[in-house]
Amino acid sequence: MDHDHYADTYIRDLLDEVKTIAVVGASANAARPSFFVVRYLAQKGYDVYPVNPGHAGKPIAGCMTYASLGAVPVAIDMVDIFRNSEAALGVVKDALALQPRPKAIWMQLGVRHDEAAALAEEHGIKIVMNRCPKIEFGRLSGEIGWVGVNSRVLSSKRATLHGKGFQQLGLASQRNKP
Amino acid sequence: MTSDHQPGFSTLAIHAGAQPDPTTGARVTPIYQSTGFVFDDVDHAAALFGLQSFGNIYTRIGNPTQAVLEERVAALEGGTACLAVASGHAAQLIVFHTLMEPGDEFIAARQLYGGSVNQFTHSFKKFGWTAKFVDMDDISAFEKAVTPRTKAIFIESLANPGGRVSDIAAIAAVAKRAGVPLIVDNTMATPYLCRPIEHGANIVVHSLTKFMGGHGNSLGGAIVDAGNFDWSREGRYPALCEPRPDYSGMVLHETFGNFAFAIACRVLGLRDLGPCISPFNAFQILTGIETLPLRMQRHCDNALKVANYLSQHGEVEWVNYAGLPGDRHHGLAQTYLPKGAGAVFTFGVKGGYEAGVAVVSNVKLFSHLANIGDTRSLIIHPASTTHRQLSDAAKKSAGAGPEVIRLSVGIEDADDLIADLAQALEVAAKA
Repeated sequence: MDHDHYADTYIRDLLDEVKTIAVVGASANAARPSFFVVRYLAQKGYDVYPVNPGHAGKPIAGCMTYASLGAVPVAIDMVDIFRNSEAALGVVKDALALQPRPKAIWMQLGVRHDEAAALAEEHGIKIVMNRCPKIEFGRLSGEIGWVGVNSRVLSSKRATLHGKGFQQLGLASQRNKP
Repeated sequence: MTSDHQPGFSTLAIHAGAQPDPTTGARVTPIYQSTGFVFDDVDHAAALFGLQSFGNIYTRIGNPTQAVLEERVAALEGGTACLAVASGHAAQLIVFHTLMEPGDEFIAARQLYGGSVNQFTHSFKKFGWTAKFVDMDDISAFEKAVTPRTKAIFIESLANPGGRVSDIAAIAAVAKRAGVPLIVDNTMATPYLCRPIEHGANIVVHSLTKFMGGHGNSLGGAIVDAGNFDWSREGRYPALCEPRPDYSGMVLHETFGNFAFAIACRVLGLRDLGPCISPFNAFQILTGIETLPLRMQRHCDNALKVANYLSQHGEVEWVNYAGLPGDRHHGLAQTYLPKGAGAVFTFGVKGGYEAGVAVVSNVKLFSHLANIGDTRSLIIHPASTTHRQLSDAAKKSAGAGPEVIRLSVGIEDADDLIADLAQALEVAAKA
């Protein structure tokens, strides 16, 4: 598939479908983007498993960290790669070795490895590259508009409250799907 | 609508940024006239203050009504993000506050709104920022003015008051070679007529008070981030590329990617300088923007009719309107403003100062006041008002000679506007 452009429905369905997310390369430094993503996704109700050998056994943003993908004790629905592009192929191979295999592999903004993507797609795994799940969740829920960012989404349907608190929007349920 | 379908300008003008309210179902964006917003819990508050979550804290930093306006303007300009502020002047202050350090310079076209020339020349001097002015038509002068301390180039797409058109792409190429962002004030054109980002601009600023709001009832300004400038160059733009001590060492360009400039303007400039837009004004401007495409086309059509009439009038010496085929900026207007050359222009009346005063004193529909971009037609004689304090020579070089009259043509019936000017010119000729 074309990895220069993703339809909003593709990203929304993917983020709707997954529940457990392993973030490979998550940082314990609260000023780093990877920390933000762990914290934000956890706040949105995903079960997040940071993977960082240097921080294994300690929490990041309240989520327990593991040394490797294989060490995560539950079935992982999505692997989010917070490493550079060169490292992506290795992470994808690790992900393919998981039982069961993840439904999706996501590479962060700036991370792209077409060969790794093709390999994963051969196994029926959905791929997103060079995007950030926090930005995409914020864009598709409408939250990102609160900081003036152009979501490029038009909708005449109510925004969906996430269910806890008022300053939390969720991904649209079925009624927002075209 | 499938997600691959790209909505048109008029659709964006009505829908971008605005969904029905999630709690009440209100279809029109409500006026959230509240200074503060409750946190869901302590963790949520911490995440908001740390810029780790999206949300509302305090109206000096952001407000839900303002946010809809921001997304709307970003969408219309084709930018990644926007920050709405109290006025066009506030927008410029925050943009330069984010880009500049004491001792830095920027290059600005000499042909700018007089208020901007004042701000750049006098107030900015107190921050240690120097504006170097060059002629907007002399591309090589922009090139020659670049020094290692140059941090930006600033132009107006359609310059106020002369109705002159900038060669945005040529100036953008100079900025790119110099490694600095091109800032374009798009107030007079609006994105309906011209989208500077498509021609290479990196930052677009607006006085939303003018044609965007369009009804002469609310002040506002905007900063649009094109998302196309690399802020990572070491030491160049410290606000974006160095760790922020006030955000536990976060580097803004790294964290916010292609909308980092808009975030920096909000969480540094607006946070600390304070010129936020009132939610009520944001609401009024949003309502105005919904009809921007209709109004702007009518403004331009009327302006062309009025300019044509004046150019053939015996009591008129000259007309400066890029929409007229003989005008020296007509070629650039066709490139950058194909739908119309805007609605603000100047003309010279025979009989000099006295005749100028007589025209503005005798109009019955045009309002004699210092604003532009209202539904109502406006008129001003700069030599006796906005430029009164200048010497005769300075008046002339500012385009405010004794015979000069500036019009902002409204959306009334063009025939009525022409009849009004006809009778005022007749009175002036007899005086």
